[in-house]
Amino acid sequence: MPGPRAFALALALSVAPLAAPAVQPDEILTDPGLEARARAITAELRCVVCQAESIDDSNAEIARDLRLLVRERLTEGDSDAEVLAFVTDRYGEFVLFRPPFTWRNAVLWLSGPLFLLLGAGLAFAYVRRRSTAPAPPRPPLTPEERARLEALTNE
Amino acid sequence: MIVELGHFALILALLVALLQAVVPMVGAARGWADWMRVAVPAAGVQFALTLAAFLALMHAFVVSDFSVRLVADNSHSLKPMIYKVAGTWGNHEGSMLLWVLILTLFGAMVAFWGGNLPPGLRARVLAVQATIAAAFLGFILLTSNPFARLVDPPFDGNDLNPLLQDPGLAFHPPFLYLGYVGLSMAYSFAIAALIEGRVDAAWARWVRPWTLLAWMFLTIGIAMGSFWAYYELGWGGWWFWDPVENVSFMPWLLSTALLHSAIVVEKRDALKSWTILLAILAFSFSLIGAFVVRSGVITSVHAFASDPERGVFLLMILGAFIGGSLTLYAWRAPVLRSGAVFSVVSRESGLVVNNLLLVVATLVVFFGTIWPLLAEMLAGRKVSVGPPFFDLAFTPFIVALAVILPPFSILPWKRGSLARAMSPLWGVLALSVALGALAWSLQTGGAMLAPVGITLAAWLVLGAFADIASRIRLSRAAPAESLRRALNLPRADWGKAIAHAGLGVSIFGIACITAWASEDIRAMKPGDSFPVAGYVLRLDGVEHSTGANYSADTATIAILRDGAEIGTLHPEKRFYPVQRMPTTEAAIDRGLTRDLYVALGDPQEDGGWAVRTYVKPFANWIWIGALIMAAGGATSLTDRRYRVGAPARRAQRAAAAATPAE
Repeated sequence: MPGPRAFALALALSVAPLAAPAVQPDEILTDPGLEARARAITAELRCVVCQAESIDDSNAEIARDLRLLVRERLTEGDSDAEVLAFVTDRYGEFVLFRPPFTWRNAVLWLSGPLFLLLGAGLAFAYVRRRSTAPAPPRPPLTPEERARLEALTNE
Repeated sequence: MIVELGHFALILALLVALLQAVVPMVGAARGWADWMRVAVPAAGVQFALTLAAFLALMHAFVVSDFSVRLVADNSHSLKPMIYKVAGTWGNHEGSMLLWVLILTLFGAMVAFWGGNLPPGLRARVLAVQATIAAAFLGFILLTSNPFARLVDPPFDGNDLNPLLQDPGLAFHPPFLYLGYVGLSMAYSFAIAALIEGRVDAAWARWVRPWTLLAWMFLTIGIAMGSFWAYYELGWGGWWFWDPVENVSFMPWLLSTALLHSAIVVEKRDALKSWTILLAILAFSFSLIGAFVVRSGVITSVHAFASDPERGVFLLMILGAFIGGSLTLYAWRAPVLRSGAVFSVVSRESGLVVNNLLLVVATLVVFFGTIWPLLAEMLAGRKVSVGPPFFDLAFTPFIVALAVILPPFSILPWKRGSLARAMSPLWGVLALSVALGALAWSLQTGGAMLAPVGITLAAWLVLGAFADIASRIRLSRAAPAESLRRALNLPRADWGKAIAHAGLGVSIFGIACITAWASEDIRAMKPGDSFPVAGYVLRLDGVEHSTGANYSADTATIAILRDGAEIGTLHPEKRFYPVQRMPTTEAAIDRGLTRDLYVALGDPQEDGGWAVRTYVKPFANWIWIGALIMAAGGATSLTDRRYRVGAPARRAQRAAAAATPAE
């Protein structure tokens, strides 16, 4: 609960060290445009041995290998989508922090809009009913309240 | 000996909780006043016993009693005192004990200040509260005993996870727990109301301050966690959509919705059963949070199996309290029909929309958080849901909320007109769009994030001002008249404006840091310098030193502006030998307009060091905004109508003095 990730890790007794930030100076590409694309891609890829960390943030050895791999593919002229596909082919859908919009993930992606539509329908029906309802009679006092009222008025 | 006394006190607390769970409930059902009254001293005793147990555990940590397994596993004799004290709750068992301690504290507060509650309601609320306490005391004693001894005590302890050795540990968990557990009050009141079959304005007036208090703590607790992560993790991230963060965020979203719907119950006698449902859900999500973190189930289905005893026990508690309350709700909620009439355009409707957006946003977070679990359990697929999903799926709801907030919060009760609500806001709208356009023209790229965020932020902050200004007829009436009106404006209205403005301030910070943060990663040797965001940073040297329970490499980096040295930063790399773990202590030059954030990386082969520099524009506005929101809550809390536990006697004295209320 506390200390967002840090405390979670401690409590879950997980061991992935979060210490230093990930990208090393020697990894950076000289072409700033390519480098920016590489960073955007690595932020979307999950480190397979860490807990909920992207390879961009991770300190793990495998994350570094993947960062270098992504840069290598980009330098060789792959498009962003091709790089993502390349990595997913090897490590599975698990590494994608943004689940692809396929029919298997449709429920996830559409949950917000669907809940909104459903909720809006219910809310509108409720508000409509309230706006056309006749004014209610006052609820009668409970015996407890009547006793208290009597006690107060007798004072 | 003290440890055994603590253990014994905890067992007694469980017995008292069981008594308090049963006797007042029976008394309330039968109308036996003396049975109902048992709840009051019982709640006090339960708190005192739990406090005694907690202090006994803290004592064991302070004196480094390594014959206690928990202390041996999580402490070390060389650890600084503050982390020995805070280390009490820096582990599973201790943090559960803190959780229960706060639960009993809230029960004791209701017992102490609840003199003006109807006796039946108070008895039932305290009985429900004690039921929760009994469940968690049982959990601690049976599966997570913090007082377990070791037959063969080690010479020294295993130390605390270095990431937790930070002042943040002293404050963040207690605040967060005050928030989580504070929501148990709303839950207990909701259950009591369902049993009684009655929800009225007086009920809402009792629930609101408790919810507000819990919400304030939760707001501060989450903000502190975010602030802590920002400087501790070494790259200036402040929110990760990590499952553990999400489970703290969901109760916050729901309690925000609850705060707003309780207003409708109080003022208009509508939305009753919905408010009850929200109260149940808000605390249920707190419980889910405890479960998720403790069982590790979200991390992986397999982590759950690594400690099945705790996981199953928690799952049973969860099932009983969530399932039980929802069943009770389904059975009793139809009794709670209300007949308030309001038009489609009214503040009631506005608050319904607020609730709709907040609850749907919560569900999106919930779905995203449990999706990996569902996919693995149901389809055997291993998938991840991370920040890119949440940014995309969650943000639209908050944007929508910010768009509608100013006019909807101005709408009058019962019947209003959007045109009239907008009339004090047209100028604000124009100014906000102008500020957004200015931001757009100043930034080089074409991304709309910062301009839209700044427009929304200005819309919220200025909208809150405009609301107050029109309420006090600023510049339309004489200044003295405006001042008189300002002084007479209920505190709750000030609180509302302050909290809404705080949201705007946070949105501003979030938009700016997300859109405009920049970074620089390079290898440097002593004497090297480089320019960043109008400054020049120069590495003067790196020195090795030894701390209390760690060794450190500390860099000295000078900040120069126009050739003159205006400050130095000391980023550090530490190594904690007991846990064999390195940490990064970033150095931050904080400011209102930007943070200059420097982290020291690894030594390079050629004798240089990796240095990471981040410029985080307006970072602090995120947390300042959260503090402003909490301040708004505090202001509202001092409103005489909702004052927490304003003792009945004082109210009577005020009535006797015959000052006309309102």
